[in-house]
Amino acid sequence: MTESAKNPSLISAVLKLPKSLEDFFLLISGISGFALKSFKEMFKPPYDISETLRQFYQIGNKSFALIAVTGFIIGLTLTLQSIPTLHKFGAASLVPSMVALAVILEIGPVITSLIFAGKIGSGIGAELGSMKVTEQIDAMEVSGCNPFKYLVVTRVIASTLMLPLLVVLADAIALVGGFIAFSITESGSFEAFLINSLTNIDMRDIIPATIKTFLFGFSIGVVGCYEGYNASRGTVSVGIAANTAVVISSLLVILIDMMMVQITSVLF
Amino acid sequence: MTQAEQLSSDAVLEISDLKKSFGDLTVLKNINLTVSKGESVVLLGKSGTGKSVILQCIIGLQLPTEGTVKVFNTEFINLPEKERNHIRRRIGFLFQSGALYDSMTVRENLEFPIIRQPDYKKEDLTSKVEEQLKNVGLLNAIDKMPSELSGGMKKRVGLARTLMLNPEIILYDEPTTGLDPVTSNEISHLIIEMQKKFGVTSVIVTHDMPCAKLVADRIVVLKDGMLTAQGTYEELEKSEDEFVRGFFEFE
Ligand SMILES: Nc1ncnc2c1ncn2[C@@H]1O[C@H](COP(=O)(O)OP(=O)(O)OP(=O)(O)O)[C@@H](O)[C@H]1O
Ligand SMILES: [Mg+2]
Repeated sequence: MTESAKNPSLISAVLKLPKSLEDFFLLISGISGFALKSFKEMFKPPYDISETLRQFYQIGNKSFALIAVTGFIIGLTLTLQSIPTLHKFGAASLVPSMVALAVILEIGPVITSLIFAGKIGSGIGAELGSMKVTEQIDAMEVSGCNPFKYLVVTRVIASTLMLPLLVVLADAIALVGGFIAFSITESGSFEAFLINSLTNIDMRDIIPATIKTFLFGFSIGVVGCYEGYNASRGTVSVGIAANTAVVISSLLVILIDMMMVQITSVLF
Repeated sequence: MTQAEQLSSDAVLEISDLKKSFGDLTVLKNINLTVSKGESVVLLGKSGTGKSVILQCIIGLQLPTEGTVKVFNTEFINLPEKERNHIRRRIGFLFQSGALYDSMTVRENLEFPIIRQPDYKKEDLTSKVEEQLKNVGLLNAIDKMPSELSGGMKKRVGLARTLMLNPEIILYDEPTTGLDPVTSNEISHLIIEMQKKFGVTSVIVTHDMPCAKLVADRIVVLKDGMLTAQGTYEELEKSEDEFVRGFFEFE
């Protein structure tokens, strides 16, 4: 028996490699082109303000509760888990500022964005995907309306602006959760807890943490729209579009986060 | 002016040497078709032979692999977006599936193309929507969502939406499929009325021979990626070609 016959899966995997590598680069260039186009079209009139507001409201409304609950639980558990450790070093009073730092700089933006990608990214992918499959996007195209502006630009703007707001909300609720956990063992007012937690954070931390949430929102919107807009024929591709949108945008969130940390440590 | 020149100046739609492939699959091999202003051409062909693809190439939803498509004497698909959209608004397209916007009511579906025109007048809008819905007999469905409509109703709403922009050319993809004979007949007469009243040019894909008999000035038959036969209903009915005659032996 020959080597290749013994190991057919390995051979075919190797043979497939150039193809999937090609697909990978096609995907990257596709998404970047799409992102660039969305960005350019944002500033070109006519502006569909009412539809953008409607998307803004819907996106916020759909993810608000989920993100609030998550924020609360994160603040609570993070505090509960750090108190015993810091107690050992006699530094329990540092808990509020440690929790605030972790939440505002990293955990808040990233976890909120990942949930947002799961909820909103997949929603956009499925919605545009089914519009594509049932020829609704084509119908807009042939009536001389610009479906890219009406469907994509509105959703990208809405998610770019909504995600930062949701992150602020999640951070605030996480601090409340943190205070509740803190007051189980320690004493002090909420006001004192807040002052204690926020004194160690300054603008040099807040600004990059905010900038990255806009980037997260933008990329989740773009990837969701890209996957939906380019869904192939057949209803199966709607599910694929939704699923791929979540996978790629979650990965992007983490990649962008990593890059932003590097960039900020150089710049600030 | 020679007769040939006369013909081509009259032509609003010219397809020359059109070839269309999807990957390895060549759907259209060589299509040549000229349609003059005010003419109704019916396109026959077996299921899956590429009739919808021809219509998609005309409106520019699919790019030709080879060959050219000229509408109003321009290859509008190569124009910049603004001019391209300007020409597209003069062409109506009735989708085989209806393609209604399922997040909008019937009224919003019909308004959608209009309110995105640079020169639309708000006052006329409601009366215009109602008029088009009356045309297809669905005025009472005006505030329904597409999901509440039957297949045939969706198709008729799709037709009403197509007519909203007063197109000069209308491409109908199976306008009567899935409708009962009475409604089919009404739709056929609506197509004739559009032609008589407004001089609309039509390309109609259909398997519905009574409809074809009513509306067609000329019938073309698609087979193996080429237009194999053309003529009036009466001419093709007596065709030598068994394949062509097959479409007419429905009774
Ligand atoms: N976007 C596309 N990508 C790949 N293949 C396609 C595409 N559109 C059409 N085809 C293929 O082209 C062929 C012709 O399709 P088309 O929809 O034009 O058929 P049709 O003549 O309209 O049939 P029917 O009468 O059933 O509507 C089919 O084999 C179809 O699979
Ligand atoms: Mg078809």
